[in-house]
Amino acid sequence: MAREKLNIALAGNPNCGKTTLFNELTGSNGYVGNWPGVTVEKLEAPLKADPDVVLTDLPGIYSLSPYSPEEVVSRDYLVKTRPDAVIDLVDGTNLERNLYLTTQVLECGTPSVVGLNMADVLAKRGDTIDLSALSARLGVPVVEISALRGTNVDALVDAAVKAGEDGASREPMHWFSSTVEGALDEIADIISPKVADPATLRWFSIKAFERDEEALSALNLSEGEQSAVEAIVSAVEDELDDDSESIITTERYDWIEGVVDECVQKAPAKLSTSEKIDRVITNRILGLPIFAAIMIFVYYVSVSTVGTIGTDWANDGVFGDGWFLSPASAAAYDEAAGAYADEDYPTQLDAFLAAAGDAGLDTSEVLGAIEDGDTAEIEAFAGEAEAAGVVAEDVPWLDADGNYLDTEGNVVLVDANDEPMLAAGQELATHDPITATEFLSAVNAEEPIPGEYGWFVPGVPVVIGEWLESAGASPVVQSLVLDGIVGGVGSILGFVPQMIVLFLLLCFLEDCGYMSRVAFVMDRAFRRFGLSGKSFIPMLISSGCGVPGVMATKTIENERDRRMTIMLTTMIPCGAKLPIISLLMGALIGGIEGWWIAPLFYLLGVACVIISAIMLKKTRPFAGEPAPFVMELPDYHLPALKSYLLHVWERVWAFISKAGTIIFVACVGVWFLSNFGIAGWEGGSGAFGFLPEMADAPANAMDYSVLAGVGSAIAWIFAPLGFDNWQAAASSLSALIAKENLVSTFGVLYGLGEVGEGSTVLWASFAQMFTTAGVVHLGAMFAFVAFNMLDAPCFAAVGTIRRQMDSSRWFWFAIAYECAFGWVVGLIINQLWEFFALGNFGFWTIVALAALVAMLYQLFKPMPKYGESAGEQAPMGEVA
Amino acid sequence: MAEVPVEKTLKDVPVGASCVVKKLTGTGAVKRRIMDMGLTKGTRVTVRKVAPLGDPIELTVRGYELSIRKDEAARVEVEDA
Repeated sequence: MAREKLNIALAGNPNCGKTTLFNELTGSNGYVGNWPGVTVEKLEAPLKADPDVVLTDLPGIYSLSPYSPEEVVSRDYLVKTRPDAVIDLVDGTNLERNLYLTTQVLECGTPSVVGLNMADVLAKRGDTIDLSALSARLGVPVVEISALRGTNVDALVDAAVKAGEDGASREPMHWFSSTVEGALDEIADIISPKVADPATLRWFSIKAFERDEEALSALNLSEGEQSAVEAIVSAVEDELDDDSESIITTERYDWIEGVVDECVQKAPAKLSTSEKIDRVITNRILGLPIFAAIMIFVYYVSVSTVGTIGTDWANDGVFGDGWFLSPASAAAYDEAAGAYADEDYPTQLDAFLAAAGDAGLDTSEVLGAIEDGDTAEIEAFAGEAEAAGVVAEDVPWLDADGNYLDTEGNVVLVDANDEPMLAAGQELATHDPITATEFLSAVNAEEPIPGEYGWFVPGVPVVIGEWLESAGASPVVQSLVLDGIVGGVGSILGFVPQMIVLFLLLCFLEDCGYMSRVAFVMDRAFRRFGLSGKSFIPMLISSGCGVPGVMATKTIENERDRRMTIMLTTMIPCGAKLPIISLLMGALIGGIEGWWIAPLFYLLGVACVIISAIMLKKTRPFAGEPAPFVMELPDYHLPALKSYLLHVWERVWAFISKAGTIIFVACVGVWFLSNFGIAGWEGGSGAFGFLPEMADAPANAMDYSVLAGVGSAIAWIFAPLGFDNWQAAASSLSALIAKENLVSTFGVLYGLGEVGEGSTVLWASFAQMFTTAGVVHLGAMFAFVAFNMLDAPCFAAVGTIRRQMDSSRWFWFAIAYECAFGWVVGLIINQLWEFFALGNFGFWTIVALAALVAMLYQLFKPMPKYGESAGEQAPMGEVA
Repeated sequence: MAEVPVEKTLKDVPVGASCVVKKLTGTGAVKRRIMDMGLTKGTRVTVRKVAPLGDPIELTVRGYELSIRKDEAARVEVEDA
């Protein structure tokens, strides 16, 4: 075809069915980007029916005022970029307010058609709209459609394409009173030499009348022209006793009222379904309980049940060892694995070998034989040992975490030398005397293999690992691929099932209209902290996982509220931070009896969110009047399935694609740091390289890694917090991959191997780290945990924050704030404890007190005035 | 424009009652936003309910439901319908 590409813009109010129409027309294989300079999403896609026509979805807006970024990008697009045609979609059930935007869109002078949506709902209500009369009054074609059912949408597009191809600008309709129209004509005469496109003259005349600086800056009016316009405007203002902006708005609505009276035949009004629903849902008494119930349901499904099952499956199954297709096989395997672990075979083996060694037998041969499965050799050794009468007695029985048990089956704590500490009357559980027979059965006891329990699908790392091995890849490549890349990508993809569950729920609440009721019900509680009622949902979800929590901030429209919520929501302890809290509980009081510690850290999280919100609210980037809460409560409706699923997918894909890159790079980076280093141990070569594969690398090879070096280099930062050893710094760094890594890295760094947070030895080492000269520095212990709760979250969440902030400046600001705030809180906890409990006073005590005073001052000082910030978006511009 | 404190505003209208907008005080974004949503001079407004925590309030204006904070409602001077 010879004709050129046609650009058609789609304009309309929020909730008028624009997205549904856009998806219907384009099949939504569109491009999602941002409008220049702002974080407002821009959607563009060719029409399904005619790829030469590109449809641009403008943000859902009520007006073309200069006060919100959405409205400014829309009017810039209409007036400056100038599409070939505009489809203005109007909700027929809410004609008055929708036509208000229509009149402004038509003034832009672009060939337009009006799509009258929700024709089916109108018909059901019994309302009729006189289309030809409406079309005559507006001066543009009006096409009745139903975007939901796809009725008549082709006719609407045809009309728009025709209007665009004609390109004829039409005489704009005159909706204002004769006084105003007279003034507009006079203004048009003055400014016409400066207006390049005559089609936009009407638009600029009205903007000049409204004193809209933002629009007029494009014209460069001379001072003479400006004062001439000003004289005309002031004269009208005096005559009508109102300001010009109000005059225009009021007359616009007055004109629309006349049009609606003429064109619409309303059936007698009855209570709509939506009103009936709202009688209950936003009811003064039932509103809050219903909100709580819905939130608990969302949390329960997305965080604690279905979502967790999904995440566990993805993390431990698909990106772990593997997973069972049938629950029965999984249960059978779990039982066998549990029974195997209960028998504590490794301890029996070690104890018998030690006893044999004591009896003068050479055990070095048999160790190799056990590894190689050389039965003849093992049996020969057993015979030898039996002949020598080797029996291991009083061997302590250890549980799966390697802890001592007492005869009642309780875990026994260990002292600083890892010796069990028994209370009076308490006895260690021990194995029966271990003879050669027990030794042989321990050797022959086979750890259950999942693959033998049927329907087992090996995990991605297992499959790739085997493939790499068979392909003969070097250990460095294997480690890079498995630990760095698969581990990194897995940590992102592992969240996808949970993300899908979460957004299935949240998008439904959003699309059906409940989300605006959430804001209505919760607004008051959150406004005093400078947050929006919608901030509640991200924070609730963050107590499960910060990644979907940060993603959930999508539903907050106000940019400032959204940024603040993104910054603060990960301060709520997530599931992965619980092992750190468990470690602290273990170290403090030896187990789960310290039930109050976990709630304490949740409380600390909530308090830090509130304190930070109040403090940040008084800083320049967040200052200013609270965003106006003049918000439509749209009618409830069931979302169209296709649009709804696309909405969910868009959110999930945004997470995978944008957050993915940063997580990937960061994980490979930390992999490099912790696996590479200089072989500086005794007898080491002193060369730089891949530590685990170096000749005679000791078990604590990680001590020589770059990570350890970085840890020592930054350890001084944490000295005032009471943990200036490099292990604490290094494990805090590795916790960035995943917060629970803190515990495992800690175990590795202390030479304890892969131990869990339930290990008494780990508890003892952790307590040991904060003990100097017999004094336990509890403050430092709490400071260490508090810092790791509040600082930058794991890379998955960091990547999500980057994606949601969509501005590197804001992103770094958020991360820096979180780390600095975590540090200060740690400082205050440690120094105050040292001072009040231990009587230690020093330079850092003063700093901590000063920090505390500064925080209190910032909390309680009155809201500062930042110059004339008339528009609530004005202060944002300086930072964004 | 001196504000007269005794003027009745939308904030004072009890739940269930209707009124007519007389004038909007203030300037800038918030005022424009209120007007853009249809609360212009001469518009009939019904106060539908108050949120469970006492703020904001819900109005019916021009055939749809609008939520507005009491602070903002105080900028809308009204007279009885």
